[in-house]
Amino acid sequence: MIRMSNISWRFLSVWRRNLIVYRKIWKVNFLVPLLEPAFYILAFGLGFQGLVQGLSYGGKALAYTQFMAPALIAISIMYNSFFETTYASFVRMYYQKTFDGMMTTPLSLEEIILAEIVWGATKATAAAAVMTLVLGLFGFVNFPQGLLIVPLAFLGGLAFGAVGMFFTGITPSIDMFNLPIFLFITPMFLFSGTFFPVSGLPEWAQTAALIFPLYHLVELSRACCLGLVETNPLLSLGYLIVFTLCFLVLGLTTMRRRLIK
Amino acid sequence: MDQQPTAAGEIILQVDNLGKHYNGVSAVAGISFAVRAGECFGLLGPNGAGKTSAIRMIYGFAPPSSGSLRVFSLDVADDWRRIRSRVGVCQQDNTLDPDLSVLQNLLIFAGYFQIPADQARERAEELLHFFALEKKREAKVGELSGGLARRLTLARALINDPELIILDEPTTGLDPQSRHLLWEKLHALRARGKTFILTTHYMEEAAQLCDRLVIMDHGRILIEGAPTGLIEAHVGSSIIEVSGADQELVDFLAERKVEFDRMADRLVIYNKGNAEIEQAVRAGFHSRQCTFRSATLEDVFLRLTGRELRE
Repeated sequence: MIRMSNISWRFLSVWRRNLIVYRKIWKVNFLVPLLEPAFYILAFGLGFQGLVQGLSYGGKALAYTQFMAPALIAISIMYNSFFETTYASFVRMYYQKTFDGMMTTPLSLEEIILAEIVWGATKATAAAAVMTLVLGLFGFVNFPQGLLIVPLAFLGGLAFGAVGMFFTGITPSIDMFNLPIFLFITPMFLFSGTFFPVSGLPEWAQTAALIFPLYHLVELSRACCLGLVETNPLLSLGYLIVFTLCFLVLGLTTMRRRLIK
Repeated sequence: MDQQPTAAGEIILQVDNLGKHYNGVSAVAGISFAVRAGECFGLLGPNGAGKTSAIRMIYGFAPPSSGSLRVFSLDVADDWRRIRSRVGVCQQDNTLDPDLSVLQNLLIFAGYFQIPADQARERAEELLHFFALEKKREAKVGELSGGLARRLTLARALINDPELIILDEPTTGLDPQSRHLLWEKLHALRARGKTFILTTHYMEEAAQLCDRLVIMDHGRILIEGAPTGLIEAHVGSSIIEVSGADQELVDFLAERKVEFDRMADRLVIYNKGNAEIEQAVRAGFHSRQCTFRSATLEDVFLRLTGRELRE
């Protein structure tokens, strides 16, 4: 059981530890979000744009790159936080025994795990902010409302960080992360209105897409960048918040079961 | 630290009938002991005896399955944060942070204790000096040798200036030089009035460092006492080892009711300082290889826990 008394602001000291490690190679860490959108925009803009005609989203005709750019940010938020709380956290927990060391100090396991998830969200936010600026330079983001990406990235980062931590809590070995990536992350990457509008799919597939947290993150990202949506953004926001809370509890519970014996 | 320092002789750790069960298997099956301020208390036992399980409960890592556990008169279940802020733990595994430098390991760890930055820096410098790690301050942890890593682990365990220091096999895998240096440092810390709980496989280490110790096996405490007293009580002061012993010697000893252990081709005779037996062995069985030596804690340990392999 999770005890609320075990959660305090002390978790920030663990978050700070991750920040210090991250800063050591911040140039490399920033290179990916800096260049990744440029690659995608170039590839899809130059190579793919001519094949896609007549794309409309939220009742408005859009160039393909315009449609795709906000989704790139959402995908990056998902990858950054999910990979942080799966592979990176697993390495710290299992191979480096970093959590074991922390558990000899006045930190609770809940604080350590919460810090890992919040850290994943922070990393996602940093990447999303850099990408938003780059895409803004290309003219794919309307400012100032495009700045709303920053809080949105943090929420999305918490959501995917928490679900990643849940998988870390139950995975028997680091190789088994392939499974949630193949069954959960990749389908989302493809079918969340990322590379084509969900409204073009059959009815049942549209409904299925609503379950994906990435779908809602992409929707909100488009709302921030373009001011366009195809569903109610408040519902998307609500869904993400509920999803985050559920997996925060699940992540903490499974990690507690795994580590406290 | 804002806590009241503990007065000498006060009970720091009180363990009553403590048990830990994993899926029906008892790792710790009801142990009781107390440790007073300023003492060095040893937990000895073969692999799987339950030492680490017991230690993990003491610093609130693993919840006890049964019994009670009070550290600084506080209950571990409720007051684990206050307890951990006054305890330093040197774990068996290397849990140093490989992503950080030597100095950062100390500073970041101080952060986990909410020690203010300037105080942490001062403390870290002191500890680097004390453990002769100054030249390594910027080194990566992965580049440290076993001895250096263990010194850093101990330095890190002291960052909060703990009253109670828990050492889980602090010298396992170290070379003799590193081990002696570490012992020296532990003696220096003892002189400052720190309280220690130590687990070890090295009987020499336990005999040298511990005021009192328990020998555990299968989750239970077999004996408790001061090293010299235990040696005297369980194996006597002197030992005769005879290689290539035959039935003649065995009969001779059995007749005189002298205790001995028989191994493949060796006898360990607990003659308890009986000069007559010693003379007789010297005179009558001198053709074999005989060693006359003082008894050690290792003799006690092997006598009580048996000589067969555990794993």
